Parts: sequence; C-alpha cells; structure tokens
Amino acid sequence: MSLYLKRAIDDIRQNRFLNLVTIVTIALSILIVSAFVLFFINTSDLMSAWKKGVRIMVYLKSSTPASEIPALQQQLAGMYGIEQVNYIPKEEALNLMKNQMKRQSSLLENLKENPLPDAFEIRMTSATQGWDRLEKIALQIENLPNVDEVEYGRRWIGRFTNVINLFTLAGYALGTLFFMAAVFFVANTIRLVLYSRRDEIEIMRLVGAEDQFIKAPFYIEGIIQGALGGAIGLVALFIAFLFISSSVQPVSGAQMLQVRFLPLPLLAGILVSGMIVGWLGCFVSLKQFFK
Amino acid sequence: MTESEAKNAIIRLFHVYRNYGTKNALVDVTLDIYKNEFLFISGPSGAGKTTLLKLLYFAEPASDGQILVDGMNLSRIPRKNVPFLRRIFGIVFQDYKLISTKTVYDNVALVLEAAGQNRRFIQKKVKSVLRTVGMEQRLHALPPSLSGGEQQRVAIARAVVGDPKIILADEPTGSLDADAAGFVFGLLKSFHTRGATVVIATHDRQLIQRSGGRVVHLNGGRLVETPAI
Repeated sequence: MSLYLKRAIDDIRQNRFLNLVTIVTIALSILIVSAFVLFFINTSDLMSAWKKGVRIMVYLKSSTPASEIPALQQQLAGMYGIEQVNYIPKEEALNLMKNQMKRQSSLLENLKENPLPDAFEIRMTSATQGWDRLEKIALQIENLPNVDEVEYGRRWIGRFTNVINLFTLAGYALGTLFFMAAVFFVANTIRLVLYSRRDEIEIMRLVGAEDQFIKAPFYIEGIIQGALGGAIGLVALFIAFLFISSSVQPVSGAQMLQVRFLPLPLLAGILVSGMIVGWLGCFVSLKQFFK
Repeated sequence: MTESEAKNAIIRLFHVYRNYGTKNALVDVTLDIYKNEFLFISGPSGAGKTTLLKLLYFAEPASDGQILVDGMNLSRIPRKNVPFLRRIFGIVFQDYKLISTKTVYDNVALVLEAAGQNRRFIQKKVKSVLRTVGMEQRLHALPPSLSGGEQQRVAIARAVVGDPKIILADEPTGSLDADAAGFVFGLLKSFHTRGATVVIATHDRQLIQRSGGRVVHLNGGRLVETPAI
C-alpha cells in the first residue's frame, strides 16, 4: 500500500498542472453542490420553525348555539394531529383586537354589535407539520357543522414551500451535472497522464506487472484528487458561510433564523463523495486504456 | 528428437508463423531451446530475430503454430496469466527500455515490486545485483544521465533481479564499444553459469565466435542451416 501511495504522490508531483486543474474543478463542483445543500438545510430549519408556529383558526357561524360549542371543542381535540384547542369567544377576540390596535382602538368603541365570530385556536402536533397533512386536517374541520371558515396561512406557506421545492430540484439537477463534469475532468486528467506514461506502463507489463499493480496508484491519485478537491471546496464554503452568516444573524434577531453550517456527518459524506468522484474518473479512463 | 531431449526443452516452437499483413516475419519456425542452454539466434537485420523473441514473452501472438514455454501453451494462455509468463523471463531489450523518470534503483526494483516482494528483500536484492553489474555507485542516477554501456548494465540487472529461468537478450552489445560489449557478454555468461537459460538475438559474429554456444540462423523469417562461423 505504501508503495502504491508513494507512486501516486510521485505521479501527482510529476503532473502538477493537470492535477491542479482537476482538484480545482472538483473543489468548484463540491462548493456549488454543498452551497445548495447548505441552503436547503437552513431553509428546511426555517420552514420547520415556522410550521411549529402554525396554528389553525376555526371561525364559527354566528348561529352556533353556545350549548354545542363544548361538544365541537371535544370533537376537534379528538382529531388526529391536533395538540391543543383553545376556545376564543367573540368578546375575548374583540378585547384582543382592541389591545393590538392600541391607539386606533377608539374606532371600535362605537360598534353596536361585536362583528367578530366565536373561534377555536388549534395548535398542531409535530407529526402534522407536513404541508399536505395540515391541508387535509383543515379540510376535515371545514366540513364540520357550525364551522364557517378555517384559516392557516396557506398562501404564503404554500408559496414558500414551492420555492424551496424548486431550489431542491435545481440543487439535484446541478449536483448531478457537476458530479458528471467532475468525473469527466478526473477521467481526462488520468487519461492524459496514462498517455504521457504509456511507455512506462508498457515496460511495467513487459517485466511482469499485473494490471492491478499498474492501476492501483492511479486509483489512489484519483482518490487524493477527490479528497483534496472536496476539502478545498468545503473550506471555501465555510469561509463564504462565515461572511454571510455574520450579516444574516443581526438582522434576524429571532432564534427562528439561526443559520448553521453543514453537520459533521454531512461534511464527511461530501468529502467521501469527492473521493468517489476521483475514483470513478480513474475507473472510466483506466477501463478505456486497459481495454 | 529423443524423448529426453524433449523433456529437457524449456521452450518449444512448432511450425510457428508470424505475419504482419502480407509480410511474413516468421515462416514455419520449429525450434527447441533446452534448459540451461546458451543459444544464439543470429541473422541479418529484418531476419525475424526480435519478432521471435517477442512471441516468446507474448508481446505479440503467433499467427499460426504452437509455442510452449516452461509447459505453458501460449496459444491458450489467459490474459491474466501473461504477467506470470513474463516473470519466467528476464528480458534485455535492444533499446534498454529503462524508465527515464525513475532512478537506476527504482528501475531494477520494479520487477520485484511487481512480483509482490517485501521492501527489505527488494533493497537487499537490488543492491546485490547492481553490485554484480558494477552499478552500485549509480543507484540514484536517472537513465538519461548514464552512458550506453551503463544503461545496458542496468537493463541486465533488471533482467536478472527476479532470478528468471530464461534470459532473453535482443542485440545486447549492438550499440556498445568492444570493452563494454565484452563486459556485458561476461555478465550474461555468468548468469548462464548460475543456471539460467540464455537466448541472445544478435548479428554480432565476434560475440558468437567467443561464446561456444549453439547458434540458430534466421533468414527472411525462416530457420536455416547453421552457417559455419
């Protein structure tokens, strides 16, 4: 193994420029793909934080008899995915409104009749934070008797989810594209090295070297290129993250927007992916060369 | 040929042909080479000497006929066994075929590394062989910095370092002056004395005269009666 490693390092030294180009290509690919992953992780965090705060407001018909309200509340509390149901009588709602409006609350003083409906405020369990489930529950509630309207901020959450999905899709597409580009670059580098050393390879074969003996250092070279490219890409991403996060945090203030870097297992996964790219590039060109 | 002669043959060629398109490089060559023999394959340039050697270590396949090397039938040898066939041979190439970016030591060590020997054994064996060929002072030199004679000695060291059963040398003294040629020939003789079969392809009549070994003559790709030297 140490012999193969030594030969691989010698090869890298002898073909510095080619190796540098490949490492930079892998680094750029890793940087771009990881940036998408980082964005996805943080927006997912943001989404789940927002979803945790999501509540469903159930407004009752004005004709609802007071005697039926406890039964309705019980029915809601018994539904799957609902954690807490608070009853907000229209008087309490009006008081809340007045408190929120502060200076403009005088506008409400001349009201002869409370225009607000009785309502239930529903908090969801963590199991129902998925967008589809939330929509289903809301639909179920809407069909209950005495329910006039159900509100759960569907528009903005829906739009935001669509944007996230679009970014995720773009991330996958770009990831695949850059993966292929990186494999292509590594394969070409190794191919050029192989052609520049074909006499040497021929001599090795003539003195009884098996193909595996000849190929092994190239595989190690590819893995080293992948690891170095991956590490450089991640370091570049971390530096960019430090710059961006330092400008995001003070603005957000809230804990909800606490941005975070890629977790350690994911970093290791990305690094290994870089090494796989290197290995795969070698595999492609060696297979062609030794055909 | 007697049965005992056949048993003693390490290389056997039966009606071997080698064609390059319409050109016949070897025509109906039948030849036995015996264990521990010192054999010359002589003939003018283009006679097919190098082609014959290439067929033996399977750098090229025969177009027709059968070749047996140490019991292996080359017409049926699987690709994965070719490296093992080549380890039977130590080959001294006409153009030396040293790797110009590797040191003298690394060039010679390559054979043992490819055979999977451990590092300590390799160090000991390579230094010993380089001492034998008088190159122990140039361990770290790169081939382009060596003279033709020195490169030939390194090539011989590489050929013998794996203790091969058969040494093939293609025009080993072709580009050397008389002294260097004498030294190289002496080396090949000494490895023959130690038990190796040595096959030399050459058109150097002086070298053949000095040796006293068997001589087979190739002309136009055919084996002809050994001419009187």
